[in-house]
Amino acid sequence: MSEYNFAYLDEQTKRMIRRALLKALAIPGYQVPFASREMPMPYGWGTGGVQISAAILVPEDRFKVIDQGADDTTNAVSIRRFFEKVAEVETTEKTAEATVIQTRHRIPERDLTEGQVLVYQVPIPEPLRFLEPSEVETRKMHALEEYGLMHVKLYEDIARHGEIATSYAYPVKVEGRYVMDPSPIPKFDNPKLEMAGIQLFGAGREQRIYAIPPHTQVVSLDFEDYPFQRMKAPQCCDLCGAGESYLDEVITDDAGGRMYVCSDTDFCRERREAGHVGALGVAEDAA
Amino acid sequence: MKDMSDIGTGPLLRVEGLAKFYGARVGCEGVAFDLYPGEVMGIVGESGSGKTTLLNCLAGHLAPDEGQVLFDRAGQLVDTVTMSEPERRMLSRTDWAFVHQHAHEGLRMNVSAGGNVGERLMGLGARHYGTIREQAVDWLGRVEIAEDRVDDRPTAFSGGMRQRLQIARNLVTGPRLVFMDEPTGGLDVSVQARLLDLLRGLVREMGLSAIIVTHDLAVVRLLADRLMVMKSGQVVETGLTDQVLDDPQHEYTQLLVSSVLQV
Repeated sequence: MSEYNFAYLDEQTKRMIRRALLKALAIPGYQVPFASREMPMPYGWGTGGVQISAAILVPEDRFKVIDQGADDTTNAVSIRRFFEKVAEVETTEKTAEATVIQTRHRIPERDLTEGQVLVYQVPIPEPLRFLEPSEVETRKMHALEEYGLMHVKLYEDIARHGEIATSYAYPVKVEGRYVMDPSPIPKFDNPKLEMAGIQLFGAGREQRIYAIPPHTQVVSLDFEDYPFQRMKAPQCCDLCGAGESYLDEVITDDAGGRMYVCSDTDFCRERREAGHVGALGVAEDAA
Repeated sequence: MKDMSDIGTGPLLRVEGLAKFYGARVGCEGVAFDLYPGEVMGIVGESGSGKTTLLNCLAGHLAPDEGQVLFDRAGQLVDTVTMSEPERRMLSRTDWAFVHQHAHEGLRMNVSAGGNVGERLMGLGARHYGTIREQAVDWLGRVEIAEDRVDDRPTAFSGGMRQRLQIARNLVTGPRLVFMDEPTGGLDVSVQARLLDLLRGLVREMGLSAIIVTHDLAVVRLLADRLMVMKSGQVVETGLTDQVLDDPQHEYTQLLVSSVLQV
C-alpha cells in the first residue's frame, strides 16, 4: 500500500495531533483546539476519532471499532476497513485483545486494562453549548470555573420531569476541575469513565481534542437531594441472559414483539461462548 | 427618613474622574460621586446624554478610559476597573446586580422562572435542589409572581412579569448594590406603577443601594434619594431629588422638569 502514508495522515499532521493529545492528557478534561483535517468521510461519521486513531496507531497495534457497542454496524465496519486499508494494522472484535478501541456512544462492558486506549468520536465537545450560545463566553466560564449554569440544566430536568432526565452525554467533572461532555455515551457508562485505560476524545468538526488519563477522578454532576443514578432497562439480555449489561431494545415484528439484547456485541458473544443462554437464545453448540 | 444609625461610615461606591470616549466623541466625562450604603441615586438625562455609558462603566460592562470606580469590600475601597476579571465577575454575581431595560437581556428565556432565579444560587455553589426551589418560590412571591408559574418559561410571561422576574433573579443572592437601566422602560403606566411600588418596597426593606438610570422623572421622584442630571456626557447638576426637581438650577434641568406632561 504505497499510495498512502501509514494511517492515511501525513507525519506532520500526526505530530500536530499528538501534541494536542499530550496537552489534553496533561490537563484532564480541557478542550484543546487542533487543526482538524478533511477526512474521506463526512463530519458526524467520526472524523475526530479517526484522526486521533490515525495519530496514535503503530503497526503492532490491534484495532477494534465499535458503534453503539456493536462491531458490525455500518460506521464500525467502514472505519475498521479504512484502517485495514491505510494502516494495515491487525483488527479484532475482541475487547480483551485490542490495544486501540475507537468507539461511538458506548464504553465496552469489559473493564479496560492498562495499555489499552479508548478513542471516542465526539459530536459536540462543549457541555455548555445549549446553555450559553457564545463560545467566547463558554471558554471564559471554563477558565474561571463558573459552572453554575450546568446545574441550571439539571435543575430544569428535575423541575420538568421530577428527576434528572438527562440520560446520555451526562456532564462530568474531571479531577475536580473541568466540566466535560463525555460524548453521547449513556449515563449507565459514566461510572466506567474512571478506568485503567487512556481515554481520548476527538471532535473533528468542532476541532477539539480532550482526554482523561488513567485512574483520573471523574464525577457525574448532581444535586445533594437528587444524586446521580445509573439507568438501564430492567430486563436481562435475551441472548446471553446478562442482567448487568446495557441493553438495546430490538423490535422483532409488527405485533409488539421485542427482545432485549446486549448493546456490546463482543461481551454478549463471550458470554454465549461460555455457555450462558438467555430467554430467546439458543445454546452455542446447537447454533 | 432613614435611620442614620444603620448607615456605615464610609461610602459603598466612590467614583473619581470617570470618563469614556468613543473615538473623538465623549461618552461621559469627569463623573465623580460617592454612594453611601442604603442610598438610591438616580441618573437622568435625555437620550444620548451618556447615562447608559456611565452605568455600563460603573458595572464593569465597559472599560472606562479614565478614572476609578472604587467599591467597598470589607471596609476597604477597591478599584474595580483595575481588578482582575475573575474578581470582577465574582463581584457582579454576588455583591452587584444589574437590571436591564429589556428583561430578555437579563433572563435566560429558555429556562423556567425557577431556574432563572436559582442560577445565581447555583453559581455560588448551592447544590440542594429542594433549597434552591424553596428560595426561588419565595422570591417569586416577593415580586408577586404566583407559585404555580415557577416552572413556566419567561417566554410565557407578560412584559411586566418578565421585568419582575429579572428583579427576583438579581436580588436572590442579596446584593449590596443594584444597577438599573430604565427598569420601567417599555411598560404601560399601570404596570410601571406596580413595578415602582414593588421596587421601592424591596429597596427599603433590604436596605439596598441602587443606581437607577432613567429618563422618567416620576421614577426618580419615587425611588431616588439623590439625583444626577447629565447632558452631552457631562454631569450638569446634582443634589437631593426633591431639591433638584423643585428648584432646578441648570437651564437644562429646568427644561427637563418643565417638559414633563401634566395630565
